[in-house]
Amino acid sequence: MAKGFDVRKQTGFTTIAMACFVMLYMPIILLVVYSFNAGSSIAIWEGFSWRWYASAWENEQVQEATVRSLIIAFWAALISTTVAVLAALATTRTRKFRGQTTVFAMINQPLMVPEIVTAVALLIFFAMIKVATGYTGLLYLIIAHSAFCIPFAYLPIRARLQGMDLSLEQAASDLYATPFQIFRRITLPQLWPGILAGAMLAFVISLDDVVITEFVKSAGQDTLPTYMLGQLRRVVTPEINAISTALLGISVTMVIAFTLLSKIKN
Amino acid sequence: MSDLSITEARRQSRNRWLLLTPALVILVFAASGPLLITLVYSFLTAGDFGGVEWEFSTDAWFSVVMERDIFDDTLGWSDAHLSIFWRSVKLSLLTTLVCLIVGFPTAYFIATRPKKQRDMWMLLIIIPFWTNLLIRTFAILELIRNEGVVNTVLMAAGVIDEPIQMLFTEFAIILGMVYVYLPLMVLPIYASMERLDFNLVEAAYDLYATRMRVLRRVILPLVKPGVIAGSILVFVPSLGAYVTPRIMGGGNQLMIGNLIELQFGQGRNWPLGAALSITLLAIVMVALMAYVRAAGDEEVRHG
Amino acid sequence: MAKAIVARNLRKVYPGTPPVEALGGIEIEIADNEFFTLLGPSGCGKTTLLRLIAGFEHPTSGTLDMFGESLLEAPPHKRQINTVFQSYALFPHMTVAENIGFGLEMQGKSKGEIAATTGEMMELVQMSHLADRQTSQISGGQQQRVALARALAPKPKILLLDEPLSALDFKLRKNMQLELKRLQLETGITFIFVTHDQEEALTMSDRIAVMSDGAIRQIGTPREIYDHPADRFVADFIGDTNFLSVSAQGASVRLASGKELAVTGAPESGQVTIAVRPEHARLTNAKDGLLSGTLENVVYLGTDTHFHVALEDGTAFVLRQQNAPDTGAGHTAGDTVGITFPAQVAQVLSD
Repeated sequence: MAKGFDVRKQTGFTTIAMACFVMLYMPIILLVVYSFNAGSSIAIWEGFSWRWYASAWENEQVQEATVRSLIIAFWAALISTTVAVLAALATTRTRKFRGQTTVFAMINQPLMVPEIVTAVALLIFFAMIKVATGYTGLLYLIIAHSAFCIPFAYLPIRARLQGMDLSLEQAASDLYATPFQIFRRITLPQLWPGILAGAMLAFVISLDDVVITEFVKSAGQDTLPTYMLGQLRRVVTPEINAISTALLGISVTMVIAFTLLSKIKN
Repeated sequence: MSDLSITEARRQSRNRWLLLTPALVILVFAASGPLLITLVYSFLTAGDFGGVEWEFSTDAWFSVVMERDIFDDTLGWSDAHLSIFWRSVKLSLLTTLVCLIVGFPTAYFIATRPKKQRDMWMLLIIIPFWTNLLIRTFAILELIRNEGVVNTVLMAAGVIDEPIQMLFTEFAIILGMVYVYLPLMVLPIYASMERLDFNLVEAAYDLYATRMRVLRRVILPLVKPGVIAGSILVFVPSLGAYVTPRIMGGGNQLMIGNLIELQFGQGRNWPLGAALSITLLAIVMVALMAYVRAAGDEEVRHG
Repeated sequence: MAKAIVARNLRKVYPGTPPVEALGGIEIEIADNEFFTLLGPSGCGKTTLLRLIAGFEHPTSGTLDMFGESLLEAPPHKRQINTVFQSYALFPHMTVAENIGFGLEMQGKSKGEIAATTGEMMELVQMSHLADRQTSQISGGQQQRVALARALAPKPKILLLDEPLSALDFKLRKNMQLELKRLQLETGITFIFVTHDQEEALTMSDRIAVMSDGAIRQIGTPREIYDHPADRFVADFIGDTNFLSVSAQGASVRLASGKELAVTGAPESGQVTIAVRPEHARLTNAKDGLLSGTLENVVYLGTDTHFHVALEDGTAFVLRQQNAPDTGAGHTAGDTVGITFPAQVAQVLSD
């Protein structure tokens, strides 16, 4: 008996989709596989070894860059999430207000303006300040990262707030809670998954940034990505693969956790 | 409105701006403020060793597309800049096209899976999107470099005697950009496709349409908003790409992003870099506005 | 003349654990130019059968012929069968006229012919004045007419209608029922209509197939099915019915009250069920009735009055009487009453 007619089938689409998934994952998988190569080639397999992880671990520059990346990502996530929570509370579940369009444009600016443009603008502005104050510390990177992380933290928090039942807060108010008590006892506990999701997203985005960091950093302020970018000019050994795999591990864990958090129902 | 409600409205407004202040301060300091200063810089004179002289000049804007001949001082189009603009637009369009050709069937495939499987497939699209762009570019680089897996395998198989030079070509840049921006095409197309009512597809078959015609006359027009969104979402970052052309093009195949960087490095022409940045920003804004308008029209039509 | 549709031993099983049998060995013959209705509760397999005929599903086994030729190899776009979808499935990116002309265009008809037929169809369903509207800008009833015109425009040999009236309000539904019947007579196309509404089925159909659990319980004209239901399911699903458990004695049955009733079709012995329609029974004095009981409730419904009686053995029995201007209630709740009916209205059922 002939096979039935499938209205959802389109000739060749499944093949292309499969090719697409292979194309998305094959390079990453190879990258991870060769991080365990015993030889120093990124194409010829010479057996399994932790060698490149060990060498990355012992590399002082990598250690410094890692610590710096984590410090910046931590502060950027903390600052951007905190201000994003406040901004989300101010802009969600209210009537249209004067200046609303400008506020949204400002919050989303880092998403719309090409990274290279933001990077150049920050380079110019911070160069002025560096000359004026003489300060060349990490603060520039932390503030720059906080700024472009704001929309990533803001969006999941806002989505969470919009999905929340307003009547719960009205009920609390009816039961004599003050506005601050309402926020602490009703709003915040419900908002928590959104805040966590936003913070994780901000952390990953900060950790992964290369363009803005490359332009804003002062001498000797390499983060892990800018260190790797610098290394690409030289002969590449699987050490880079090992560092990449470690970073990849952090990102994938965070994204999966983020996906699960976003699914928690109110 | 009673006096009481006016007071209440004022209090709410004051609270709102208080809550917004921290975010806005950071954004003014590290996003919109610097952009304005960049605009100012584009009208200044370049300093000899980088930086600027505080002297009004339109030279930078002038040199975005024009140049003065070194020998006879005549004006002419700047071939170097124009060819970089052209390459940026060309490579971005090709990237968008390839992403569409690969992304559309992929989104369709996911949207036609059983409901329970779709989230899993989408997660497979989203994971690469949130992983480090540098690492993904690097993964592709390792694949196609002369001593990379593709060449090694082909040579071992005896298909070729010498490695094919793929890296540092326009092909490499397109491949890299397709690889990193592909999820941006799949996500919005999938979003439209998931809302597609397959009864309409059945109705089209019922009315004698072939597979090709169902695709062209029913599915494509209905998911058009997603296709437009995906195309803009890929085109815009491609046009402003910096890391991918730098790594995959190896400094030979410049795009606008690299040209901008050059002005702050070897070029030592900050005002020109600023003017180029503002130009890029303007092009991106036009594209985004066209998108917003198209999306708005769609909504009105189907509302 | 070959039948419009002939299905033999048609089965459809959906794989799974356990597999679900949606249709189990359907036998059906639908004549040309017939208004045929598939009637049953949701999940009975009527929509699956319709989708098999349209070509959206493929049978697990069995044969399915249209005018003597097998349909099984033909994809939906090669079958001269059109469907009116329950959701209408109008293309939202096309106007009313473009929707109606779509099938003709796909068949490769000339522009002139498409325009002419589309115009004709819009006349037929009285939609000419809205030809250039988007389908989202017209009412539900109008969408229904467009869906109908779109399916009729390519002049199919068979038209399938999947509960097309279920989204309409009561009054519109009544009008459309008559309109559908008129269209079927005018076009001479075989209509296969799916519904769970027994009244709709009785109003429009030439013949009805009553389905449940993937099987056909009875096929017949509306009158046959209403007056002579084949089994308890059909009697219960079509209209209201009183069921009485009686003991069979060959040519007659003995009621619970001990009285005897001459019926046809009863077995020689054993317990059987007979069905009596509420409008076929009458209230009388307790001693004159075939059955007696207590009148528990009198419900006035405008055209009719319903009398709810609890028989002596506890069984509920409902009677329906049409109201006339001069009839009073006659009986009031609490009265002891008798029930009587002519022997020929009692249907012996197989369970």
